[in-house]
Formats: sequence, C-alpha cells, structure tokens
Amino acid sequence: MYDFAYHKPTSVADAVKILSADPDARPISGGQTLLPALKHRLNKPTSVVDLSGIAELKGIKRNGDTLVIGALAKHVEVSNSPEVKAAIPALAMMAGTIGDTQVRNRGTIGGSVANNDPAADYPSAVLGLGATVVTDKRRIAADDFFQGMFTTALEPGELLVAIEFPIPEKAGYAKMRNPASRYVMAGVFVAKTTSGVRVVVNGAGPGVFRQAEMEKALSASWSEAAVAGIKQSADGLNGDIHGSAEYRAHLVTVMAKRAVAAAG
Amino acid sequence: MDVVTPFEGIGASVRRKEDLRFLSGRGQYTDDINRPNQTYAYILRSPHAHARIAGIDFAAARSMPGVVAIFTGADMPDLGGIPCGWQIHNKDGSPMAEPMHPVLAVGKVRFVGDAVAVVIAESRTQAKDAAEAINVDYDVLPAVAGVEAAIAPGAPNVHDDVPGNVCYDWHIGDSAVNATAFAGASKVIEFDLVNNRLVPNAMEPRAAIGDFDRTTDEYTLFTTSQNPHVIRLLMGAFVLHLPEHKLRVVAPDVGGGFGSKIFHYAEEAIVTWAAGKVCRPVKWTADRTESFLTDAHGRDHVTKARLALDANGKFLALHVQTLANMGAYLSTFATSVPTYLYATLLSGVYTTPTVYAEVKAVFTNTVPVDAYRGAGRPEATFLLERLVDVAARETGIDRVEIRRRNFIPADAFPYQTPVALQYDSGDYKATLDMGLEAAGWAEFEQRRAEAKARGKLRGIGISTYVEACGIAPSAVVGSLGARAGLYEVGTIRVHPTGSVTVLTGTHSHGQGHETTLAQLVTDRLGVPLAQVDIVHGDTAKIPFGMGTYGSRSLAVGGSAMVKAMDKIVMKARKIAAHLMEASVEDVEFDRGTFRVAGTDKTKSWGEIALTAYVPHNYPIEELEPGLDETAFYDPKNFTYPGGCHICEVEIEPETGQVTVVNFTAVDDVGRVINPMIVEGQVQGGVCQGIGQALLESAIYDENGQLLSASFMDYQMPRAEDLPPVSVATHTTLCTHNPLGVKGCGEVGAIGSPPAVINAVVDALKEYGVRHIEMPATPAKIWNIINAGHKLAAE
Ligand SMILES: Cc1cc2nc3c(=O)[nH]c(=O)nc-3n(C[C@H](O)[C@H](O)[C@H](O)COP(=O)(O)OP(=O)(O)OC[C@H]3O[C@@H](n4cnc5c(N)ncnc54)[C@H](O)[C@@H]3O)c2cc1C
Repeated sequence: MYDFAYHKPTSVADAVKILSADPDARPISGGQTLLPALKHRLNKPTSVVDLSGIAELKGIKRNGDTLVIGALAKHVEVSNSPEVKAAIPALAMMAGTIGDTQVRNRGTIGGSVANNDPAADYPSAVLGLGATVVTDKRRIAADDFFQGMFTTALEPGELLVAIEFPIPEKAGYAKMRNPASRYVMAGVFVAKTTSGVRVVVNGAGPGVFRQAEMEKALSASWSEAAVAGIKQSADGLNGDIHGSAEYRAHLVTVMAKRAVAAAG
Repeated sequence: MDVVTPFEGIGASVRRKEDLRFLSGRGQYTDDINRPNQTYAYILRSPHAHARIAGIDFAAARSMPGVVAIFTGADMPDLGGIPCGWQIHNKDGSPMAEPMHPVLAVGKVRFVGDAVAVVIAESRTQAKDAAEAINVDYDVLPAVAGVEAAIAPGAPNVHDDVPGNVCYDWHIGDSAVNATAFAGASKVIEFDLVNNRLVPNAMEPRAAIGDFDRTTDEYTLFTTSQNPHVIRLLMGAFVLHLPEHKLRVVAPDVGGGFGSKIFHYAEEAIVTWAAGKVCRPVKWTADRTESFLTDAHGRDHVTKARLALDANGKFLALHVQTLANMGAYLSTFATSVPTYLYATLLSGVYTTPTVYAEVKAVFTNTVPVDAYRGAGRPEATFLLERLVDVAARETGIDRVEIRRRNFIPADAFPYQTPVALQYDSGDYKATLDMGLEAAGWAEFEQRRAEAKARGKLRGIGISTYVEACGIAPSAVVGSLGARAGLYEVGTIRVHPTGSVTVLTGTHSHGQGHETTLAQLVTDRLGVPLAQVDIVHGDTAKIPFGMGTYGSRSLAVGGSAMVKAMDKIVMKARKIAAHLMEASVEDVEFDRGTFRVAGTDKTKSWGEIALTAYVPHNYPIEELEPGLDETAFYDPKNFTYPGGCHICEVEIEPETGQVTVVNFTAVDDVGRVINPMIVEGQVQGGVCQGIGQALLESAIYDENGQLLSASFMDYQMPRAEDLPPVSVATHTTLCTHNPLGVKGCGEVGAIGSPPAVINAVVDALKEYGVRHIEMPATPAKIWNIINAGHKLAAE
C-alpha cells in the first residue's frame, strides 16, 4: 500500500467536493475491492474518501412500487432486510450468496455496482430489474449504466447514492460459481416486470448483458422449457483456466432454467 | 506423586496440550518475533521466467528514505550455492547434473520469483518502495515450463551448463527380466497420466529473521522450518561457511509445512548473512503472492506405464517411464522424490514380480519442485491405483477382485519387492474388507440407481495402497545418495521432583507432538501428562535432530525417546535397588512404581528422581547423580503403513460439478498412540488428496508465468467441498521399532486421490471415459459429458 490522505466527510456534498477537486482521490465504501487493490499496489490514490459516515447513503425503504437501496447498504443488510425479502426475494437471496460472511459484513451494493466487476452478482439484478442508478447529480437507467468490464456511466468524481428497483411480478437468479474465487462463472437473472421480461447474463462475458432470445421466449411462455432449448453463443464470452467460452455458454442455458424455476 | 490414570498413555485420545496456545492466539510464530533495532528485508524478484540480467541500477533506490543496504548476487562472491541434499546417479553411473543455485541471481534469472536483489530498510514499506525504484535491465529469453517441452529438441536451456535440461536419467529394476515378462503376457495395458502440480499453501507464509552478535560472532536465525538442525547444517556448512557453534537456528511455532518448510531457502541465508553485514537483525516475511511464487511446489509428473497380466488377471510386470519436473533449481530433497520415494513404491500392495522404472528429472523455468505431503508416494499410488482400475475394466475382472488376486498375502511378510524395499508387516485384505464393509460397497448399485432417479451420476472408487515412511535407515539412504543421516535424537530430562522435559529433534508444526510424544513418557514412566513437556525447534536447546517429514516423528523420534527412557529406567532401577537394599535384577518398574519383586517394598518415581539429584544416600561410587539421558535412534527399515480408501461421488451432469458424498479411510498406521490425533491427521491428508483430485492445480503458461498465483485462481479445498471423512484403523505392528508404530501423517494424501478419480470415472462409465486428469474440474467433466452426448447424437 502506498501512502494516501484519508477523509471522512459526513455529507454527499462534502464528499463530492473533495472528489471533484482531486482526480486521483477515490471513494471507499466497504473496501472489499479497493483495499486488496491498494495492498497489491495496483492503485495509487492521492486520497481515500471514506463514505461510511454519510447518512444520506444509508438505508433501505419501499416507495410504492419501488424499492430504494442506499449505496452503503451492506450485502448482509440487503440479505436480511424484511423489505427486500418481501418485495424482491431474489435480490435478498442474491445478497446472501455474495462472497463469504466477512465480505458480506463489509461490502456494499454501491461499491459493487460502481465497480462493475463482470463476475459480480449485483449488476445482473440492477440490469435485470431495469433499475435506476441515482447519483449525486443525475438518474441513470440500468440499460445505460453498465458499459463493459469495470466500466460504468459514472463520471470521475460522481458518487453513486442509491439504486431504485421497480418491484417485479417475479424474479429469479441462479449462478455457477468459479471454483476458485467463488465469484460468478456464469449467472442468469430473470424478471417479469411491468415493462416486460428481462433476462440478464453475468460472469460469462466481459460485462453484464441482456439475452434477447431468452427474453422473447419467456415473454411468450414463462417456463423452464421456454429457455431450455436456447443456446447462448460462445462468441465474446470469457475462456480461462477454469472453463472455456463454450462451457460458459452452456452454463447460461442451465442457469436460465434454474433462474426461472427459482422465480416460480 | 499423583496416581496416573491409564487414559493418558498409549491409546488414549487425550486433548492436545498445544491447543490452548494455538486456539487462543498465543502461538509464537516467526513473524511474531521482533528483535531490538530490527530492519526489514524486501526481496526484489524476477517478473520473467527466463532472462539475462544485463544490469542492475540501484543508485536511486539506495538513497531513498530508510534504506540501510541493498545487496545483489555480485555482493556475495564468497557464498556457496543452495545445496541439494541427495545425489542421484544416471543409468550409466555418472552423477546427476547439479547446477549452481546462487543465493541471489547471478547473470540470469530462471523463474518468475527468482530473487534478484534484497533491500534492507527501517520498515517493510520503505524496503518495498526502494525495491520499486531499482531498475533491472533484463534481456528476456525464451522460457520453458513443462517437462515435455523442456526435453524437446531446441528447447531453451535453463542452465547453460546443462544442455537439454536433463538433471538425471535414472532407473531401478531389471529391464531384461521386465522385458521377458512382457513378452510372455496375455494382456498388456498401456496407460499415460499426469500428476498435477500443487502449491503447498501452508497457512503461515514463510518468514526468517537473521541476527548477529558482534561481541560473540554468533548468528541466530529464526525461521519457519520443519527441521532447524538440517537448516543449520546446510546453510552453515555449504552456503555461509559458519561453524555450528556460532550458528543457532530456531524454528518456533510453525503454522503448517506439508513439506514446503523442510527445504533450505535462499531467504534464510540472505537474512542471516545480511544481519552480519549491517550488524542489525534483518526480518523477512513472505506475502501470499511470494508463497505462491517461491515455496517449493509439489508433484508435477508426466508418466507412461505398461502393465502385463496373465490370463487370470495376475500382474506379471510393470514398466514405468516418468518425467519429473525439478523446476529451475534443485531444492533440498527434490531429487529423491521421483526416485527413492516414488519408484520404490511401484510394487504397491501387489505381488508383481518385476517392476522396471525409468525416471528423467528435468529443469524448467518454474519454481523448484520438492516434497509435498506424501512426496513421491502419492504419485506412485495414483499411477498404480488408476492403472489397476483400467486393467480391471479392460480384462473384465471386477476391480475389487483383481486387487484381491494380486495382493501380497498377510502371511508373506517380511515381503521383498522387486524395487528395493522390504515391507515388514501389513494385512491388505483386512483393511480392504473393513473398507468395503464401512463404505457399504455391496449396496452401492442401489445408491447409484437412486441418484440416477434424481438426475445425478453416482460413482464409487477404491484405492488400496502401501507407503514407506518413518524415514529412514541412514546406511540405506546413504547408499542411495542421501547426503545426511536420517536417525533421530531424544533427550529425557527428569527433574528432581519427577517431572520431565523431553528434547526432541523432530519438529511439530501442527501434528500435535507436544501431546503424542508426552503420552509416550506418561505410558512408560508413569508421569502424568501435565508433568511432561516437549521441547523442539531450537538448535541451542536440542542436541541434534533431523526434523519432521516423511511421517517420521513417532517412528524415529519416538523410538529415540524410548531408547533414552530405557536408559533412564535402567539407572533409576539401580538407584531404587540401592535405596531398598535389593539387587537391581530384583527391582521391577511399572508406571511410576519401583518394587522389589515378590515383596511389598516400593519406591515411587518421585523419590527416585529426588534421590538422583539429592544424592545423600546414593551409590555414588558406581553411579553419577542426575537423571538425564540422550539417545540416538537409527531405524533398521522404513515403516510401511497401508490401507484402503473408498470414495463415493455424485456428478451433476448439467454442470459437471462433482460432490464427494462419502469418504471412507481404513488405514494401518501401526500402533495408535492417540486415536483422535490419528483421525485428524488422516482427515487432513484426505482433504488435501481430495484437493489434488478435484480442485488444485498450479498452472504455468508457456512463457513460465504462473496463472494460478493467488486464491482467486488456485482452488484450495473449503469446508463445503469436503465430505465427512470416516476414519478407521486396522493395526499390524511395525516389527522393527520399539513402539510398533508406522506413521499417519501422509497416508491420507497418499491413498485418497486415486479413490476420488476412480469414483469419478466410475460415475461417468456410460460415457466410455478411460481416464480424467486431476483436478477433475466441472469444466473438464462437462466436456466429457458433452462429447458423449455428441457421440450419441451422431
Ligand atoms: C473474498 C471476496 C469474495 C468476493 N466474492 C464476491 C462475489 O461472490 N460476488 C460479488 O458480487 N462480489 C464479490 N466480492 C466483492 C464484494 O462484493 C465487494 O463488496 C464489492 O465488489 C465492492 O463493494 P465495496 O463496498 O467493498 O466497495 P469498495 O471496495 O469500497 O469500492 C469499490 C470501487 O467502487 C468505488 N466506489 C465505492 N463506493 C462508491 C460510490 N458510492 N460511488 C462511486 N464509486 C464508489 C470505489 O472507489 C472503488 O473503485 C468479493 C470480495 C472479496 C474480497
């Protein structure tokens, strides 16, 4: 780890002020991704802005047909939240399967979504539910937010404040874990929402993406059988020492079936 | 003196004495030690697998804050290379190639992680900062990582003075007799397989602190070692040229070794030597990345085998050709692993009359490979037990039946194998029968059918094995090329009030010696366990010792203690005879009480101990005061644990995911001192075996970069990957050591991998699979299943 200055602002405005004054300053939430990078000296921020003291970023609440989750909500909080369990059980279930106990007790939804690791869980739910990402200056639709591996629509210094999830009619999630890291090797999030069926693949490719063919099939008939015969193309998917692109493509179909079954 | 409860002696599952210290976070590991005025070393390592060093510029780094000194290989012209402890000879009788292994690279780097320079600074961070400012000018050379590539014509030479990269080309057995047997065979099974390379991953990373006292010229090294005396000998005599009396090596609490902490590593020499140069203590602690890159790896064999059978399925001959990866340099015991710890085990539990094995050890641009839990014996067992399963399938003989037909019968011991070993005892049929019963082998097909109804593919696999441990008779290993003796040393120090301190040359790094060895004392001398302490790991305290590996601590170290206790009891009986005015021959000793035979005259252990140190009424003319004896024990033979492991798996065909649903181990480890500790050792070993079979793999790319260099890509077994492991023992006693013990530290890792793979292959039998290389990952299994479907569809 290199030396850096440490700030702990208590408002979004103060945090944004520090971040926009210094392009090499970095926000930190749970630190589950940033700290390992700092330890390995892969990152050399001039200062680290600890968001944990900002009350505006906390909390989980239901607003009519929308579930609003603050950026600082920890995985364990989402997993245990009665509001989330009642409104979007698939999301609570997902949060409970991220990493391990230690990671869930520190890691946050804001950090995970801002980071957009292709093997992360949450981005699939954000895109799969057609959520809206709320920042300190604007509202970004999920379809515009995720822009490939570790890349999002967030501008330098822009803070993710909350995520608004429209409550779906039903939703389900299934994943195959990478045998070593236990991140997602291939996962599928399916949702039946007021604006239609959405199917999102994570882990398998360089970023989350929607599976149009499966969306069409599930719109026509919401059943495992509807997706069972749909083959995901292996083109552009990840291949590595843990499995080929073809294996991941195959898993997409398997996980899609399981996600539909989980959604009920 | 307390009355001794029999429950603390041999056979009692007493709780581990060391656990309070470990479980409450009060262990003292090397990194917990800090010396006054200490400095910190950071080692700059090569990012390239193979490169010439055109220049090293550290002018800028030298003047950075906190930097005390920077050294490179050029600063160490007087130091020797890191030695190899075992010399192997080629088929033609010439000695193996033994290229120089400099402490810090000279001229060339040969693997990613090779040590290039050391920065010593006031803090670890300052040392690291300065290391980043060192500019090394590398001329990158083509690299070679795999054994087959390394011996291919035109391959780059890892060492310029070893063209072709072959360290040795060795053999064992009679090739002519072997060929004749093949000529008369009714069936020959040909089989190729790989034994996957593993990263040992002890929980505690390696660490070392060098200290130098200029007033006495004495050096001290604190290090994460399984054998401090061996390090003192190797480093003192070969590398730093320091006499033993000026060099103390301390291996305090050590958090797991699994073999990787046997070897003498460059960092130990660097901190010791540098402490003398800067006249301050120098501390180095590996981070996890360094552990992956620089701890000696395990296994890494590529093998071709042929098994000859007669018409009844009796094995007639075995021929094995193995390429063994040595890595870039020869680690301490590297050369012995694929030879005397591997090929000598290729007879297995079978009566195969002739075995001929040829082993080529090969240099590559990878970290050195050396002993890892089981060392050679897991490789031999995996080969044999897979081969026997393939033979069963291809001859149509049931896999249990073919084993029974070829077992060495229980009445054939001592049994001389065609590959040098003489097994002293064993009963393979007994452990097999117990295993089959415990695993419910006979009812398996019902479970398979039931799983099939759930959409799962269920399989069962068996492995029947023998291993050789308790290493080792010095004369034997010496004649085979070992450069050290492999005896063990024990001192029994009885204090005036009767409590006992034991100094042992073995080292405990998780095995529970502080309990097991104390139980030997309790059992023999009748002293309560709480009054026995085991001291290990410090050359300033312990007379000598060869350390712990090869499941030798009890068989060799425990036997040395027994010899020392025999001397103690002999002397104590003389003292008792004097006090009771009887003749020595009439004094009996049983667990703490000396009695004149046939009378009610007795003396307690405490009275005799006190008399030995307060010799007012004492046979001072014939006997010295004191009760403190040392014994060296050199075993007559290896010990031969064996047994039967049975694994049951379920495969999810859609994903290829394997779940181990049951694991049964029935092992003959000789006399069991502490059943709970034996169970723990076997379970730990089985978990590592399952890790090797299903999860773990050290993968280098063709340029010599380690792809699985962190836990993100290297899959250590987690609790959820492991089944309940049922452990049972069946005892035949070792016939040549006084305790009848064999050893239990490695059996789990030796017997289990083939049981797992045999189960996976069995589960996939409808797909016509002959073999699956380890680790049997979901992706690999899915490929097989997917290809099978394609086959069916065509
Ligand atoms: C062992 C381990 C296992 C894991 N397994 C999984 C897994 O299975 N699935 C999974 O999805 N994840 C996994 N993770 C990642 C974990 O979920 C992290 O919590 C997550 O990636 C980042 O959240 P964080 O709060 O820790 O973010 P931090 O590490 O604090 O930050 C991550 C990045 O986001 C930026 N950032 C943080 N907060 C904000 C904000 N409010 N606005 C803008 N930018 C921000 C930071 O500057 C940084 O670049 C694992 C992590 C570990 C260490």
